[in-house]
Amino acid sequence: MITWIKSGELVDPVQGVVEKADLIIERGKISKILPPGVFEDREHRLRVIDASGRLVIPGLVDMHVHLREPGHEYKETIETGGRAAVAGGVTALACMPNTIPPNDSRSVTEFVLEQSKRANLARVYPIAAITMGQKGETLTEFGDLKEAGAVAVSDDGFPVVNSEVMRRALEYANHQGLVVISHSEDISLSSAGMMHEGVVSTRIGLPGIPAASEEIMIFREISLARLTGCPVHIAHVSTAGSVELIRRAKDDRIPVTAETAPHYFSLDHNAVMGYDTNAKVKPPLRTKDDVFAIKKGLAEGVIDVIASDHAPHSPLEKELEFDKAAFGMIGLQTTLPLTLQLVREGILKLGEAIRKLSYNPASILEVSGGRLVEGVQADLALIDPEYEYILKKEDILSKSKNSPFIGKALRGRNEMTMVGGKIVWERNKAHSGR
Amino acid sequence: MKKFSHKDLLGMGQLSVDDIELILDTAESFKEISTRDIKKVPTLRGKSVVHFFYEPSTRTRTSFEMAAKRLSADTVSLSASGSSMVKGETLIDTARNLQAMNPDLIVLRHPSSGAPHLLAKEIKAGIINAGDGTNEHPTQALLDLFTIREKKGRIKGLKIAIIGDISHSRVARSNIIGLTKMGAEVTVSGPPTMIPVGIETLGVNVVCDPVEAVKKKDVVMLLRIQLERQSKVLFPGIREYASFFGLTGEMIKGAKNDVIVMHPGPMNRGVEISSEVADGPYSVILDQVTNGVAVRMALLYFLIGGYKK
Repeated sequence: MITWIKSGELVDPVQGVVEKADLIIERGKISKILPPGVFEDREHRLRVIDASGRLVIPGLVDMHVHLREPGHEYKETIETGGRAAVAGGVTALACMPNTIPPNDSRSVTEFVLEQSKRANLARVYPIAAITMGQKGETLTEFGDLKEAGAVAVSDDGFPVVNSEVMRRALEYANHQGLVVISHSEDISLSSAGMMHEGVVSTRIGLPGIPAASEEIMIFREISLARLTGCPVHIAHVSTAGSVELIRRAKDDRIPVTAETAPHYFSLDHNAVMGYDTNAKVKPPLRTKDDVFAIKKGLAEGVIDVIASDHAPHSPLEKELEFDKAAFGMIGLQTTLPLTLQLVREGILKLGEAIRKLSYNPASILEVSGGRLVEGVQADLALIDPEYEYILKKEDILSKSKNSPFIGKALRGRNEMTMVGGKIVWERNKAHSGR
Repeated sequence: MKKFSHKDLLGMGQLSVDDIELILDTAESFKEISTRDIKKVPTLRGKSVVHFFYEPSTRTRTSFEMAAKRLSADTVSLSASGSSMVKGETLIDTARNLQAMNPDLIVLRHPSSGAPHLLAKEIKAGIINAGDGTNEHPTQALLDLFTIREKKGRIKGLKIAIIGDISHSRVARSNIIGLTKMGAEVTVSGPPTMIPVGIETLGVNVVCDPVEAVKKKDVVMLLRIQLERQSKVLFPGIREYASFFGLTGEMIKGAKNDVIVMHPGPMNRGVEISSEVADGPYSVILDQVTNGVAVRMALLYFLIGGYKK
């Protein structure tokens, strides 16, 4: 069957061009891209999708997601996370290894891939642990993990404290063709911290996590990347100082890439004011100045990627005293509208925004996706960028509902998601998967 | 007639100047009850108050118990060790169970900042924050305001120094908010490791040197150094703290002649305060305790809704 996506505004994140075009999809791939009015309908088995008034974008490639399976299936499974992903316009995601057991071996990587095949929703790329048990001591078998399907290594949630271990990880991962993703946190500085150390933590009496906790570790990663010449990717950048460090490293041509999450440019530490545990996240929500710097870093290309850091937690971890609650918030379904807000604010052009959501992360992980050109897999989303709505709990398809954006006004939403030419999600319709 | 329209007392931030004055005025009229031979009035007869203390407390707990009983309320007292918290029940579940027994008010002391805010969202009974983590201790601040007003005749324009571990002190936080709101000029002092970032945004001056901080002050308020709680790197040790930050008779000479010295208790004699000062003529430490009962009577009266009659 041939699919004709008709009259949409096609976004090319690499050329930065947005123009009306028709997409012809055959056998899961984009076979032709034509100006409107050129394609002639002579086929019997033709499915026409009217995309007028919609943007046609490459599906989001979310390189920072926690799917919680195996081990914490009550928070999220590969299937429920996959549903939330495709509803949010995400066609591929990389999932972090801090499961139980952690993904530090071929068997866990294969299990994740097996479960994602069964779910048959977004493409899932496992990220393996850097060290056995994420303990920061012994390297995992990068070669074996890569063969099994891992695309990167990270001890996300647990920084690699020992600098020698990190150095060797960078060198060996580079040899095996894996990127190392750093959760940059000096845990001796952040130890008891619950939120950003600043005027709000002082006002409401919560122990703080200083910006320096993140910046010290980013400085170390940059030094190690300089020493070894091996690439490092910095996860969830949240402070102005971090942006400056990465900017200088890039100026010095050190192989560093960086990501931030939508909450770091959409919220500041005032969101914690009423002890809302859904606003408890690591790194913590920072100051207005940091939010400004993150936006500037995105605009100037210092920050390459926007990823959700989707971190599902159940009421068991969140309906608690603030200091007892877990860190993290979900984000698969809010990344798109929050990023589109940057376009409306004039921080990013539409093409740049989509590039940070798709092409750049796909390039860093060396996976497919991020462009809609003839011959590529048809992984795409049809979005209505101006639709306004209030986010409701019922709209969230993730098993966990820990979002500080519930009840908030959002603008822009996904209407349809296609993975490999198959519609995996469409507003108000049920789909069994790809 | 002024009105008090809060369901809960979670922190000093929620109270207006009028609210505070109303509480202090009312406490003044309640204070006399404690001096009677029969120390009981029927104001809250038939009302029930749960005193829920997740942290050990002598002064605050006894003070609340006395206050409630002198107003004829029925009281139940729970501590963490005797509650089902030790059996793994969450705070919200414990509170919902208490709510199911329909108390009129819950007085909560808890080691987590924000715990009373969590309860207030969940349950119908009023909540009084009797100290939450390192956040606030509003009833202590109110009794301190009461004591200052009683001794000085006013709060506005007074120069007040608060000395100690400002970062981890809920008493300091509540007092800073309350005192600045009432127009006092507040200076905080202590080792820089105990002064939280951005404290000036709450409208206070920071003077780390306590000798300087005490100079020309109307009120000097000391905070308990929590020997058991502090991380080891905040200060080198008790001896060092006592010799550089402990309030001595010599230091207090720099203050105004009619200075009053306050301490929320329990004191570490010889650490943050010398016995000479604690027992000396400037000390109003025991007046604070006496006034605590009156202030808490006023709060129980307002929050249980006695004023509606």
